[in-house]
Amino acid sequence: MDFSSIPAALPALWDGLQTTLQLLVLGVLGGVLLGTLLAMMRLAHNRLVANLAALYVNYFRSIPLLLVITWFYFAVPFALREITGEDTPVGAFASCLVAFVMFEAAYFCEIVRAGIQAIPKGQMSAAQALGMTYGQSMRLIVLPQAFRKMTPLLLQQSIILFQDTSLVYSVGLIDFLNAARSRGDIVGQPHEFLIVAGLVYFVVSFAASQLVKRLQKRLAV
Amino acid sequence: MISIQNVSKWYGDFQVLGDCTTQVQKGEVVVVCGPSGSGKSTLIKCVNSLEPFQQGDIVVDGTSLADPKTDLPKLRARVGMVFQHFELFPHLTVTENLTLAQVKVLGRGKAEATEKGLALLERVGLKAHAHKHPGQLSGGQQQRVAIARALAMDPVVMLFDEPTSALDPEMVNEVLDVMVQLAQEGMTMMCVTHEMGFARKVANRVIFMDRGSIVEDCAKEEFFGDVSARSERARQFLAKILQH
Repeated sequence: MDFSSIPAALPALWDGLQTTLQLLVLGVLGGVLLGTLLAMMRLAHNRLVANLAALYVNYFRSIPLLLVITWFYFAVPFALREITGEDTPVGAFASCLVAFVMFEAAYFCEIVRAGIQAIPKGQMSAAQALGMTYGQSMRLIVLPQAFRKMTPLLLQQSIILFQDTSLVYSVGLIDFLNAARSRGDIVGQPHEFLIVAGLVYFVVSFAASQLVKRLQKRLAV
Repeated sequence: MISIQNVSKWYGDFQVLGDCTTQVQKGEVVVVCGPSGSGKSTLIKCVNSLEPFQQGDIVVDGTSLADPKTDLPKLRARVGMVFQHFELFPHLTVTENLTLAQVKVLGRGKAEATEKGLALLERVGLKAHAHKHPGQLSGGQQQRVAIARALAMDPVVMLFDEPTSALDPEMVNEVLDVMVQLAQEGMTMMCVTHEMGFARKVANRVIFMDRGSIVEDCAKEEFFGDVSARSERARQFLAKILQH
């Protein structure tokens, strides 16, 4: 084992880690946003709206993420060409981000839905009795309470996404894992680089899940 | 003020309200009582349209609920409601509970809303708790805040849905005191409650419901006066709750 070329590779690894973190943060934000919208649709009284959202969620939960990533890599430029009528190169990062948002939204939707359903019905009644519209009641009363209850689960799902971002290697995007692998190949120390990469994933994920555990205890009180 | 006209409601095949008709005049206090499952809570929830009904109409301060063009949120803003389980918003402070709807629904300024909220809090004797969260208050205190929250909207009528049923016995009176005071100030009130002492003290009329129908609807003196003139079902009910 020879870890001597690691220090020289740190800037490249840092670049890769930044890509990973950008995918993670934007993916979670977009996923939670779209997931919340889907959750509200699933809870809607309109059967058509609820069924459409259910179909979406069940579909995306039934196919592998790797498939979604490769699929969107080809589908997004194609769809944009259909819409705009000209070639619009979007690049691997944008297409991966779209794939993550759409895929994770299906999982976030189920978390948010459970969170909303855990809030007593009387809260909605009380908000409406004060003259708030359904939208206001949701936004001001139900969702803030639901999100507080869901925070640990949302973070847990985000940790899984952090690991899953490594799948972008399949479309050639240089994230942290891909950076480590290609560097290792170039300097001829692939094992050492992969060990370091594994350590970094472990430390980040483990620290984050410890944080979630502590948060869970605090929110439980 | 409230006119309930031939209201019927079904859950699937099961009829929960059958042809209910009654009125509440301005300044009147009407107590609705009856055994559990008699539809009294459902009826009062129909009055601000938290529960839909399939037949008949309810007119509140000139606004018909059966009219599909009626702006329900706007109507509800003028009807105060107090729930059995308080339903304060646990993620907000007491003050925020009192001001949120004033600001978001009535469009009042924050300062005006806070001033109004604190004045009402003082009235129910809880000004010292303004900064707390509902979870830090006792049940009786929470219900008094809930009454203040409803009053902050300057309602034309107040609905109470078993406001003391979820309280420990020693806290019932502090809530009833606030309600008695409100009644004596001339507030129009419709109260679902088993507190017959409250009914005797301030009610103008008593409505007795059984199996989704209004069985008795008469002046308080008449209701408590000659028990032998009451229906069989009401006599049984009164005998049970007035025994101790």
